Amino acid sequence: MMTVQDLGRVGLSRFGVSGAGPMDPPSLRMANRLVGNAESDAGLEFAQVGGTFVVDAPVRFAVTGASVGMTIDGKPVHAWESHHLLPGQTLRIGAVVNAVWGYLAISGGIDTPPVLGARTTHLRTGLGGFDGRRLAAGDGLPLGASGHAPLLALRQPLARPRGPFRIVPGPQADHFDASAWKIFLEEPFRIATHRDRMAQMLDGPAISAFAGHDIISDGTVAGSIQVPSSGRPIVLMAERQTTGGYPKIATVASVDLPRMAQAMTGSFVHFRVITRDEAEDLLLDQSRVLASALSGLEEKDKTTETAETETTSGRSNT
Amino acid sequence: MAVMTNAPAHFPRIAACGDSALAVEFSDRIDEATSARVVAMAGRLAAAEVAGITEVVPTYRSLLVHYDPALVRGRDLTVQLMDMLECQADTESTARHIIVPVLYGGETGADLDALAALKEMTRNDLIAMHASARYRVYMIGFAPGFAYLGGLPERLHTPRLAVPRQRIEAGAIGIGGQQASINSVPGPSGWRFIARTPLKLFDPSRKEPFLLRAGDRVRFRAIEEAEAAHLDAAVARGEPVEEWATT
Repeated sequence: MMTVQDLGRVGLSRFGVSGAGPMDPPSLRMANRLVGNAESDAGLEFAQVGGTFVVDAPVRFAVTGASVGMTIDGKPVHAWESHHLLPGQTLRIGAVVNAVWGYLAISGGIDTPPVLGARTTHLRTGLGGFDGRRLAAGDGLPLGASGHAPLLALRQPLARPRGPFRIVPGPQADHFDASAWKIFLEEPFRIATHRDRMAQMLDGPAISAFAGHDIISDGTVAGSIQVPSSGRPIVLMAERQTTGGYPKIATVASVDLPRMAQAMTGSFVHFRVITRDEAEDLLLDQSRVLASALSGLEEKDKTTETAETETTSGRSNT
Repeated sequence: MAVMTNAPAHFPRIAACGDSALAVEFSDRIDEATSARVVAMAGRLAAAEVAGITEVVPTYRSLLVHYDPALVRGRDLTVQLMDMLECQADTESTARHIIVPVLYGGETGADLDALAALKEMTRNDLIAMHASARYRVYMIGFAPGFAYLGGLPERLHTPRLAVPRQRIEAGAIGIGGQQASINSVPGPSGWRFIARTPLKLFDPSRKEPFLLRAGDRVRFRAIEEAEAAHLDAAVARGEPVEEWATT
């Protein structure tokens, strides 16, 4: 499952157009910066397994997000730093291991035609990206022009929040009584197998809305936690519908949404209430930390290249 | 937990939707007066250019306001919006009126005869009732350009199908409960469909990709096969065929 993604199709929710964009935006932004692209350039988002890639002109590329094994012509290379890929070489990106979504950025960016101002793929409506669909073996993707730029590496891993997922109650918090809230905040929920770019289902005890599970449809945001009549919460993700008719008990704090997207299927999550002020503070703090990480990428020099080779050969000896 | 209140809600009210959006709720009903207030507020916010607001989404009874917390904090925006709600009248700016040509029945409108039978009406009476009503776009949502309409005559209110159909074409004219729709993209639906329009509510290649917006007034005009074919061809050539009226 691989799609073309940029940072999303913004400003058209009132016309029913989902923002889409990456499930883990900081990882795509980082991948772009590593190869010298604008953060808003389009890259590739993949789940399960990366794939095999060849180019017809020299490029820089970087892989971020989930951990994956990858090789150039059989030689292992690291994620979270950029590498050259030359015509005639083969890049193989293996299976995702500790998370869900990986990102591949290529210098120049994926240059598919923008649709409604963005290259992000919205699979449900077949909008944008590469003919509005997931990529298949044999697809050839156009790349934008790119000048010379150094190879870069992220030396400090991107800080990810830990602990319970922070939520801000509402907008329909008052459709749920004290016992429903107690279950929601005290019981663990499991990341269900039923998940895609649009929504994440959660398994666990049913949550009942005393005011009913149908509301007059209103607007949704990424992170809205809907509770339909099954009582099983649904967290709306990047490719969400713009409106929905289920009560929304709470909204996942923006800083914790990429972590929800990357949580392994079957893992457990807890929720913790914070105020809107706290959620905004967390988001502003994270923006500063990410901006600092993005601007603080180090140039890979001969020393680190050598170190990488030694590490690689050391692994092959064990 | 202090979030639980069983007291009836007082409107208008403003509810947090996380850290980057809030909902201005005007009532808990679907009616024209509420929709008018939602649309008016959306217009006022667009005109006022309130710092930090990135996008507004009008829906049946509420307005979703997206903001950038780096530019305005939710608590401050809430105060500003409450002030605007108190100080200003809820008058809509001049609405747009569109006449939508529709071909009743046929493959896309395959539920027409069954619905007429269910309502114990003739096919022509049902068409006349549907085509003579005045509709209002309450919301664009669900899919790009998909129009939810209010104003469906009560006799035509019909529950959704128990089993949704897998594919309904773009341009299908639907009935779901008390609502009417003009579908904008092909897809599954449990609504009942009685007609189709050659107009495209959504065309990403068009200069104005979206035909309708919340607050627009809609009337249907029954057309015959020949006119539908003519309009289909014109739309395919990219010619504008919309009929806008001023009143």
